[in-house]
Amino acid sequence: MDLNKKFTPETWPDHPETATLEAKNKFVGFWLFLGGETILFATLFATYIALKNSGPSGFGFSTQELYELPLVFVMTMLLLTSSLTSVFAMYHLRNFNFKKMQLWLAITAFLGLGFLMLEVYEFTHYVHLGFTYNNSAFSSAFYTLVGTHGFHVAVGLVWITLLIFRNAKRGLNLYNATKYYTFSLYWHFIDVVWVFIFTVVYLMGVIG
Amino acid sequence: MSSVAQKKGFGATLWDWLTTVDHKKIGILYFLGGGFFFVVGGIEAMMIRWQLYKPNNDFVSAGLFNDLITMHGTTMIFLAAMPILFGFMNAIVPLQIGARDVAFPFINSLGFWMFFFGGLFLNISWLYGEVPNAGWTSYASLSIASEGHGIDFYAIGLQIAGGGTLMAGINFLVTIINMRAPGMTYMRMPLFTWTTFVASAMILFAFPPLTIGLFFLTFDRMFGGNFFDHTMGGNTIIWEHIFWIFGHPEVYILILPAFGIFSEIFSIFSRKRLFGYPSMVFATVLIGFLGFMVWAHHMFTVGLGPTANAIFAVATMAIAVPTGVKIFNWLLTMWGGSIKVTTPMLYALGFIPSFVMGGVTGVMQGAAPLDYQLHDSYFIVAHFHYVIVGGVVLAILAATHLYWPKMFGTMLNETLGKITFTFFFIGFHMTFLIQHWLGFWGMPRRVWTYMDGQGWNLANLISTCGALLMAIGVIVLVYNVIITSIKNVKVGNDPWGDGRTLEWAIESPPIYYNFPATPLVRGLDTVWIEKMEGNETGLTPAEPIKDIHMPNGSIIPILMSFGLFIAGFGAMFRTEEAWGLPVLIFGLLWTFVSMAARSLQDDTGYYIKKDEILRDLKRKGGQK
Amino acid sequence: MADVQVYKRTPAEQQLAQRRAKQSMRAQVMMFSLMIFLTLVSFSMVVAHEAGVAGFSKYLIIPMVMLFAAVQVGLQLYYFMHMSEKGHGIPQMFMYTGALLGFLIPLTFVTIVWW
Repeated sequence: MDLNKKFTPETWPDHPETATLEAKNKFVGFWLFLGGETILFATLFATYIALKNSGPSGFGFSTQELYELPLVFVMTMLLLTSSLTSVFAMYHLRNFNFKKMQLWLAITAFLGLGFLMLEVYEFTHYVHLGFTYNNSAFSSAFYTLVGTHGFHVAVGLVWITLLIFRNAKRGLNLYNATKYYTFSLYWHFIDVVWVFIFTVVYLMGVIG
Repeated sequence: MSSVAQKKGFGATLWDWLTTVDHKKIGILYFLGGGFFFVVGGIEAMMIRWQLYKPNNDFVSAGLFNDLITMHGTTMIFLAAMPILFGFMNAIVPLQIGARDVAFPFINSLGFWMFFFGGLFLNISWLYGEVPNAGWTSYASLSIASEGHGIDFYAIGLQIAGGGTLMAGINFLVTIINMRAPGMTYMRMPLFTWTTFVASAMILFAFPPLTIGLFFLTFDRMFGGNFFDHTMGGNTIIWEHIFWIFGHPEVYILILPAFGIFSEIFSIFSRKRLFGYPSMVFATVLIGFLGFMVWAHHMFTVGLGPTANAIFAVATMAIAVPTGVKIFNWLLTMWGGSIKVTTPMLYALGFIPSFVMGGVTGVMQGAAPLDYQLHDSYFIVAHFHYVIVGGVVLAILAATHLYWPKMFGTMLNETLGKITFTFFFIGFHMTFLIQHWLGFWGMPRRVWTYMDGQGWNLANLISTCGALLMAIGVIVLVYNVIITSIKNVKVGNDPWGDGRTLEWAIESPPIYYNFPATPLVRGLDTVWIEKMEGNETGLTPAEPIKDIHMPNGSIIPILMSFGLFIAGFGAMFRTEEAWGLPVLIFGLLWTFVSMAARSLQDDTGYYIKKDEILRDLKRKGGQK
Repeated sequence: MADVQVYKRTPAEQQLAQRRAKQSMRAQVMMFSLMIFLTLVSFSMVVAHEAGVAGFSKYLIIPMVMLFAAVQVGLQLYYFMHMSEKGHGIPQMFMYTGALLGFLIPLTFVTIVWW
């Protein structure tokens, strides 16, 4: 592929993310990877559901009392909005507007960072209460499930930061268009997992 | 990168192999790596059988025996059978669909090196002196309590190797979805490609639970987690569920490519197309799907309750049906065909009764009440060795002969091949048939010795003698490989003479870009169609010859895998050595930096010029 | 040498493409508002349950909250991730299979993990 080929908004393909064979492969490959991740998180959810509220006798933590709903609500809003901003970024990708795409991706990253910082604050708060990783089966399952999601968010942040800086001088071409697109698929998937987390872990946890 | 043979020094050749992203070379690497671990697993098996040939033997201690059975199972499944099958898939599937390589050549290489370093990590346990000893299933109650680092080697080694497997699975899926030659619809793909496709989809869905399970095991043992500790609210049944949700699909992942290989063999050596192709495809997909619905038949005696047991028993019996369809289709392929009993065909003929025997004992075990008697007895050992050795290993030996010319350019000696088959086949039945009776007579599995006077002595002795015969067969095969390599007699495109699919229409081994022009696929068994129409080359080009886009090699996969290898040691020694945590972080950083080095550069490969391809064609002339 | 066919859109085609993109963007924003709405309702129901508001029993809330989650996930997949568009046959097949297994596994852990 000729990386020096210059595109204009008129010549930029309709679907840049699948315009070459490599791009098509990455597109399908990443969706398949997300299929596998579905099972990964399903196993974590299953374990959490089996082990929630389980601990040594008298350990004193339960889902009804532990979780901080207002904090989780703010985190949800941040992540959901970051999903929207990444959609904006893809709109600009399709329209061959490199600068605007980079801008919206940076906003996505900041919202994601806000989410992560609040999650760290949440975990620190629980740890101060004595709800450490080693506290019980419940705590191990909770931190592993929610922590794995948080780890995925962190990986996504590193990914988009590297993409933004790596391509700052290169601009948009058919080699990196699909890289941005697969990132946005990943970011939406993380939001999908979070929808299940706030529903199954937090909302259903508080109700009991 | 010219196709003219250059005199390369040792260093240049070594660098080529360490950095290759060529699916044919990676296939050979998988094959050799898996072959090495097959020998390791075989030695472990011989030691097991030697310990058991007589009662109250003390050839090995009880502890060492537990190490041996654990490592034998783990090595054979994860480090021998799967990699060798991947070797064949890598070497053959892109050729069968008319592609020049797999979808992600870099990741193909990364997957191999992850397997290599994972296998190395696991087997370093032998040198360290603390070996995994809780069985290949590593049930959580025992494996959490197991002292020393044995289980840690298991958890971390398999985690690394499993990551490689997942990558390979996704790679084959995308290759088959996106890179088939023009005219090759899904229903024109050879059966080996179909079974690779379904097995890869199973890998995609079965390995994430294993990943999670191994992380839970790692966290419980090394980071203070409580998933499996019932005193802290944990539950050991969770491990069993997670492991078998992976473990049952895993054995279908092993057998489906074997079925694919036999489909090719029956068709080629009956000079007849595969009978009932659509039903074979449907049966493959059904086996793949049902494979995820039966896992709790490994847990009948856990106490899940009669309803759960009944559901899984019925599902287990259902899965025998598509397999039966395949057996009948293979038999009907032979019926009315012109049979040539070559070494691969011998293995295929031996496979039919052997696998059926293994399959029916599986259905017996699927009846939950009977399983209460048979569970953890030698009957189970007999069953799974019948299906794995009688299915997967016979397929591997058959494919070794069938695809040797395509991979290495020479032909293994037929006479020696038949001698190997004879020793191995007789030895296999001698080893494992009698074990069904040992199970009925009450001998439990995973016991390091047994008392005299229980009526088990003669059976165990026979079993051990059978194992010796199998070993002789393997030694003859190794000898065969050595003299074939020394004699180095080159063969043409289609040395077996009756190839029907695309891989037999190009040289043995193929030139590094596989096809001069992407072929046009005219139907099922496209090369056969071409041959019958008088086109001796077996190929119709789909487009004029033009520049070919090829990927660059890279040293980064081996670097990335090495970083994880280092990190594994750090994780294992974190709680007892000061250097543990720094080494863990260093290893992960090493991997991350290597990954970044790859991602931050633009690597769009290189082009082979049209002139070079035309020159290669002229040089070959009308080579058959 | 390029493997991509480059086609230059006429001004009319370009305007059409941009109009289509704007429409699709508006649809996305609408989906987003729906998602926010569903999230708000879910959280509010739980808060109401905690506050003891009459009529909000957990047997009402749990199914509803799960339903809203499923709807939100569907919106994410089909609109944000373009799963409704052409060329997504294979992704759909694999995601549905993943979803089926992803449903079975937690179902198992809820029913047959004895203590």
